[in-house]
Amino acid sequence: MNAPLDRGANVVATAARHADDVDRNGRFPIEAFQALKDARLLSLLIPIEFGGGGAPLSDVAEICTSLGQQCASTAMIFAMHQIKVSSLIAHGRGSAWHESFMRRVADEQLLLGSATTEGGVGGNMRNSICAFERDGATFRIAKEGALISYGAYSDAILITARRSADAPPSDQLMAVLEKSQYRLDRTGGWDALGMRGTCSEGFTFSGEAPIEQIFTHDFAEIASESMLATAHLLWSAVWYGVASDALSRAQSFVRKDARRHPNGPAPGALRLAEATSKLQLMRSNIVEGLKRFAKAQQNADDLNSMSFAVAMNNIKIGSSQLSIEIINHALLIAGIAGYKNDTPFSVGRHMRDALSAQVMISNDRIFTNLSNLLLAQRIDQRLGD
Amino acid sequence: MLDTIRRLVDEQGRLAVAAETIGDNADLYATGLTSFAAVQLMLALEETFDVEFPDRMLNRRSFSSIASIAGCLHELKEAA
Ligand SMILES: Cc1cc2nc3c(=O)[nH]c(=O)nc-3n(C[C@H](O)[C@H](O)[C@H](O)COP(=O)(O)OP(=O)(O)OC[C@H]3O[C@@H](n4cnc5c(N)ncnc54)[C@H](O)[C@@H]3O)c2cc1C
Repeated sequence: MNAPLDRGANVVATAARHADDVDRNGRFPIEAFQALKDARLLSLLIPIEFGGGGAPLSDVAEICTSLGQQCASTAMIFAMHQIKVSSLIAHGRGSAWHESFMRRVADEQLLLGSATTEGGVGGNMRNSICAFERDGATFRIAKEGALISYGAYSDAILITARRSADAPPSDQLMAVLEKSQYRLDRTGGWDALGMRGTCSEGFTFSGEAPIEQIFTHDFAEIASESMLATAHLLWSAVWYGVASDALSRAQSFVRKDARRHPNGPAPGALRLAEATSKLQLMRSNIVEGLKRFAKAQQNADDLNSMSFAVAMNNIKIGSSQLSIEIINHALLIAGIAGYKNDTPFSVGRHMRDALSAQVMISNDRIFTNLSNLLLAQRIDQRLGD
Repeated sequence: MLDTIRRLVDEQGRLAVAAETIGDNADLYATGLTSFAAVQLMLALEETFDVEFPDRMLNRRSFSSIASIAGCLHELKEAA
């Protein structure tokens, strides 16, 4: 018996009940998040000594997948929150403020948002325009054109900026600001194709807080040691959930069809076989990535190596592409029953939600980074490790 | 060797300051070295010193300062 996953079952049922309404109205999944807080799942990753669940990332990924099967928006918000928590755990240790904040995240089940990207640099989160402007024991920060998922519903936001007004764009730090310490001025709505419940509205963020709330580690370290890996792995876990639900709908269609036509398989049956092989690829990719990350965490040089960065980026590329191929197959299998929104075989929302995968940090941007890294990194020609 | 490394850092590093003003142990990333520029720098080092950086050296630490780059090059030259 797996306790966190059991507690997750109730949350998943709640998310499922409200998923259509969340999607249709592009509203925050309040009910699912209340259930997540009640089950104390927002602090699942936080070490037990700080009041959390002390669970491994693979448990979080499993819940992302289960939620993704029912409500991708809930799953994505849960994933994004845990990515922020992972940075807090990996890089807040040893800092009195961050340790006590971690304890509060657990006690009060605080929801953490993220403002890493910025107007003018797009999905290149390793560059900032805005800067931390220090004034005695406090700092001020203003970030324009920030797309902040569930920004209006976050209890705190982790935000990146240049170290100071005279630092180069890549010399970044990250800080935690609590709701009472910042102001969000909405600059754009979120009437998007999919992931509508994430309420990823555009904001101008302006805040002021004590300097101790800035992480002491460089953001470059945070990015490569906790964010890059957890983001690509947990996002992929969400997309796996979306794709696997689409395919299981297509399978029900094929089975139903086979019962009615016992004398030969429906034309879609072959595509089902093809799509399951893609689903298996997607799953192996993520599972292997979770293992690779767990291993790299034992060795700082490996965690900061090019080969690790290449591997994590490839997981994102692979699962974002495969999810769409799989959902498209599910659509071809079920035909009109899949295309319509009101049948048990409908995969419209799956498709719309999964399309976010290739623009959420643009795949083209990732490919460009990868092609640069591959000027240095060698192709791994071994099967084992 | 340190002078040659500094010249290549100037040519490839795209830093905000001249390499001659950067101490041997100063953090190159804090002066604006990006992972993109680090790869360009690595290629130039390989060409100039006629070495190949193995995978185990392709991490953030190896390119974090002029001294750490020199350390890698010494190790590679000795092994050759
Ligand atoms: C559901 C969702 C939730 C999000 N939530 C958050 C959040 O909470 N916090 C946050 O900070 N951000 C969030 N983002 C934003 C995200 O991090 C990126 O900012 C965004 O997805 C990339 O935006 P873009 O396509 O406009 O920019 P860009 O990455 O600049 O891409 C624009 C276009 O230019 C092309 N392009 C740009 N650069 C290159 C390059 N180097 N090589 C090749 N092509 C290139 C791309 O292919 C693309 O077509 C979210 C995004 C999504 C989809």
